[in-house]
Amino acid sequence: MAESNDSQPNDPSIQLKDPLVAGVLAWLIPGLGHFYQGRNAKGALFAICILGTFLYGLYLGGSKEVGWGRAVYFSFRTNDWRLPWLCQIGVGLPTVPMTLLQWKLQDKPILNGFMAPPALHLPDPADNAAPHESPPPSQISLAWINRLLPRYFEMGTVYTMIAGLLNILAVYDACCGPVPAESAKKEDETPQGKRDAGKEEEKS
Amino acid sequence: MSSSFWFALPLIVSVSLVYAATRQEEVGPILAHAFRVAVWIAGFMALVIGLLYLVSMQ
Repeated sequence: MAESNDSQPNDPSIQLKDPLVAGVLAWLIPGLGHFYQGRNAKGALFAICILGTFLYGLYLGGSKEVGWGRAVYFSFRTNDWRLPWLCQIGVGLPTVPMTLLQWKLQDKPILNGFMAPPALHLPDPADNAAPHESPPPSQISLAWINRLLPRYFEMGTVYTMIAGLLNILAVYDACCGPVPAESAKKEDETPQGKRDAGKEEEKS
Repeated sequence: MSSSFWFALPLIVSVSLVYAATRQEEVGPILAHAFRVAVWIAGFMALVIGLLYLVSMQ
C-alpha cells in the first residue's frame, strides 16, 4: 500500500505530499496548500482568483461612512442570523479570526468596525424620528448599511460567499488532486482502457 | 440596471478558472477548460435572462 506522502489517486505524476497538511494550508490561505506541494502555477491561480474575489467583495461591502469589510461578519443573534458567514469561512484566515474577535468585542469594535457585526436596536433610517445623519461605523445598524450602500452590500456578500465556496474546491484539489474528467473515466472503464492500464502497471 | 451585469463578469472569470483548475493540472488545459466553462455559464445566464425578459413582457 502506498504511503500517504506519495498518495495520488488520479495521476501518479502529481505529488500531494501530506494531503491533510496541504488541505489545511489551502483552507487557511487560498493557494498555500498548492505552494506547499510545489504546484506553484495552480497555487498562484487559486490565490489570485479566490483572494481577488474575496477582497473585491470586501471592497464592495464597505465604505468610509459605514466602515470597511462590513459584508463579512459573524452574528447569530435574534433577528440577525448571518448564514452567509458559513460560506465565507471557506476562506480561512482572512475571515475567521477577525470576525470572531469583532464578535467578542461587539460593543466596542476595533479598526473602525472592520468585519464587525452591525449594531442592533438602533432607529431605522426609514423612520421619520430617526436622525438624518448616519451613526459612526462602530455603531451603525444593518438598515443604515443597506441605505448607504444600496445593493453593494449584498453584492459584497455574494462575492465573499462565492470566494469561500470556491476555496472548498481548492481544498479538495489540494487533498485529492484534480477530479478526473468524465471522458477519462469512461476511457478507463472500456476494455481497451483496462488493457492499457494493465500494460502500464506491468512496465512500472 | 444593465450596469449590474458587469458585476457578473469577474465572477464568471474567477469561477470558471477555479473550476477548471480542479479538473486539470497544466496551465494550457486549465485555460482551455476555463474558456469552455465561461462560455457555458454566460450562455446559461443569457438564456435565463432572456426567459425572464419574455415573462416580464407579458
